[in-house]
Amino acid sequence: MKRLVIAALLVLGAAPAPHVDAVRLLAAAPAAKLSDYGLFADAHGRVPAPGVEHYTLNTSLFSDYAEKFRYVWLPPGKPARYTATGVLEFPVGTTIVKSFAYPADFRAPDAKIRIIETRLLVRRTEGWVPLSYVWNAAGTEAVLQRAGVRLPVQFIDTHGTARSLDYAVPNVNQCKQCHGQDNVATPIGPTAANLNDGSQLQRWAAAGQLTALPATLPRLARWDDAAEPLPARARAYLEVNCGHCHSRAGFASNSGLYLQADEPVPAHQGINKRPVAAGRGSGGRSFSIVPGQPDASILAHRMESTEPGVMMPQFGRTVTHEEGVALVRAYIAALPPEL
Amino acid sequence: MKISALLLIATCLAAPAAARTIMVAPGGDAQVALQTALIDAAPGDTVRLAAGRYVLADGLSLDVAGVTVRGAGPGRTILDFTGQKGEGEGLLITSGNVVIRDLAVENAKGNGIKSKGSDGISFVNLRVEWTGGPKASNGAYGLYPVSSKHVLIDNVFVRGASDAGIYVGQSQQIIVRNSRAEGNVAGIEIENSYDADVHHNVATGNAGGLLVFDLPDLPQQGGHTIRLFKNRIIANNHPNFAAPGNIVASVPSGTGVMIMANRDIHVFDNDISDNAGNAVMIVSYQSKFTDRNYNPLARAISVHGNRYAGNGTRPGFPGGAEIAAAMGGALPPVMWDGVIGYASPSGGERAADGGVMIGDGPAFTLNLGMQGVPTSAARPAPLVLATPLLPMPPRIVLPAAQEARAAR
Repeated sequence: MKRLVIAALLVLGAAPAPHVDAVRLLAAAPAAKLSDYGLFADAHGRVPAPGVEHYTLNTSLFSDYAEKFRYVWLPPGKPARYTATGVLEFPVGTTIVKSFAYPADFRAPDAKIRIIETRLLVRRTEGWVPLSYVWNAAGTEAVLQRAGVRLPVQFIDTHGTARSLDYAVPNVNQCKQCHGQDNVATPIGPTAANLNDGSQLQRWAAAGQLTALPATLPRLARWDDAAEPLPARARAYLEVNCGHCHSRAGFASNSGLYLQADEPVPAHQGINKRPVAAGRGSGGRSFSIVPGQPDASILAHRMESTEPGVMMPQFGRTVTHEEGVALVRAYIAALPPEL
Repeated sequence: MKISALLLIATCLAAPAAARTIMVAPGGDAQVALQTALIDAAPGDTVRLAAGRYVLADGLSLDVAGVTVRGAGPGRTILDFTGQKGEGEGLLITSGNVVIRDLAVENAKGNGIKSKGSDGISFVNLRVEWTGGPKASNGAYGLYPVSSKHVLIDNVFVRGASDAGIYVGQSQQIIVRNSRAEGNVAGIEIENSYDADVHHNVATGNAGGLLVFDLPDLPQQGGHTIRLFKNRIIANNHPNFAAPGNIVASVPSGTGVMIMANRDIHVFDNDISDNAGNAVMIVSYQSKFTDRNYNPLARAISVHGNRYAGNGTRPGFPGGAEIAAAMGGALPPVMWDGVIGYASPSGGERAADGGVMIGDGPAFTLNLGMQGVPTSAARPAPLVLATPLLPMPPRIVLPAAQEARAAR
């Protein structure tokens, strides 16, 4: 017995190359612990295992100022396929990984990082399955959390101000609510346009992980790049932060407010559009967007609010995204009144 | 005894998918316990909530088809959202063939109970209430099925909603019955919906009692085939406390029944009394619109065989008092705006494809003529009572299995 233990320790000491457990990812019952999948080479969820690729988006969802680390794992030999619209076509077995983390001080964003949760979207045969794993306080293990939980978070923001908030880990239904298009769960971020930073997609194609990549690619603006046109930045921000629900196939389809960056109809973009079921969320304003008048626009009001029943998005944040609001207000202010 | 125990086990083994009852009790971490039960439930299961007060900090949601959520009664099982920190609803249902029954939802920050995209959704013996009474800071809708099909609302009490107590939006095949809406801005509102029977309800103390609306720029519009009958629509004279900008904020306090746009609407055999404004108001959508597929006219409307008393004494809409004075001191029970045409956003003028048939008198028209003409241009005149009336649509029949589950 003792010898066995020693042998086991020796094996561990030899540190076999970590590998992703594809069978475990596709099993009907999700693993209780994140580490069971072998997606990370370290115990802290910071070092991806071989084959788990880090990626970035041009414009990403605001989540209470959390830093996000995104990875994708493709089953060996099975590339994703390019599509011009919507998310790339990922093969069965694909696992998209997103960790939400806070540095102790955003002025030193690479030091003292606390990971709160790691969310997975696993492409099973029957479709995408959302899972959320919440890390323990020591940051040594993350366990499956299906019913949601609130966790206190403290950090110092980029201005040097101490902040504390009541971070909400979503429950499974909330995952499905944002990720559902026509009631089918789908990733939101990894579209060709949002992945197109000029090199990322080309790198994937060169590595054989992406097929059918054309020479000319769509591109979603970076919301925080002041060099890009204001409308493109604001509409990219609205698409990513609101468009998963506010689409014809999304949870807010009944609102008639569709916030895709390429939505052609002004009324559906919110311009001079009256509210339908906003209730007191309208804040006494008569239109989603009044060109030239951010103060009169419901859109800005609901982005600024942190009150449930008024705030938008309805969940996924508990504080106002000051910079996002400033961008959308500037966009509304610059819209010509004749629209 | 042993044999029956064995039998029980055998039954369980033979039918692993047999319906289960998942019990939940208040206290402890009710939020996690309840939400976990709603996630774990399988089709056919019942989530049973014991009596007591469940103190909840976040909205709850159900996304499993065929589940019944059952409390111990609307006075005994209370989902208390007074301390709600997140989510737009108290309880959200996104699956079909669901029954929510025998419980109460109190003080939700947004809407009380919402269903989105459900085919087969029954709300039975519920109370949805903002316990501080009518306030602008209350949530918008009490019961809010939207984009749903086969909707049953039976024996529900809603009070205090800052928009509509019972709001059915963009849905089809709807029954709202035996319910009471009190102290909301709108009592019961059917909007952008097809095929609804609204009957044996009481709407009282709201700003407006029963509303049938159709709005532009929405995935489902062209509301039609709705019957309002055997309802009691009494003293809906509460000040309108909706947030300006919302369509119900335009409903004058004192309105009994209001029909805006829509076609094939039948209002009959109701008791409509003591509403200070219009007992029945039939109007077009009055704002500008750019939606080429939208028809702003109220047409093919039938109002007959209702009983009226004590309405129209203090009309709240602009010019109402003058019209009442000219009509002998009180508004006649039925008012139509007399809009029979509109300028289409795609060019040209369109005429109403169906008349407004009023069998109840006296009735009058504002003779506005074209959509968008302000009421200040009204030329009030008596309406000639109509015979014959519109053909009556068939009654709404929900699937027998849905009615059977609601009856249990």
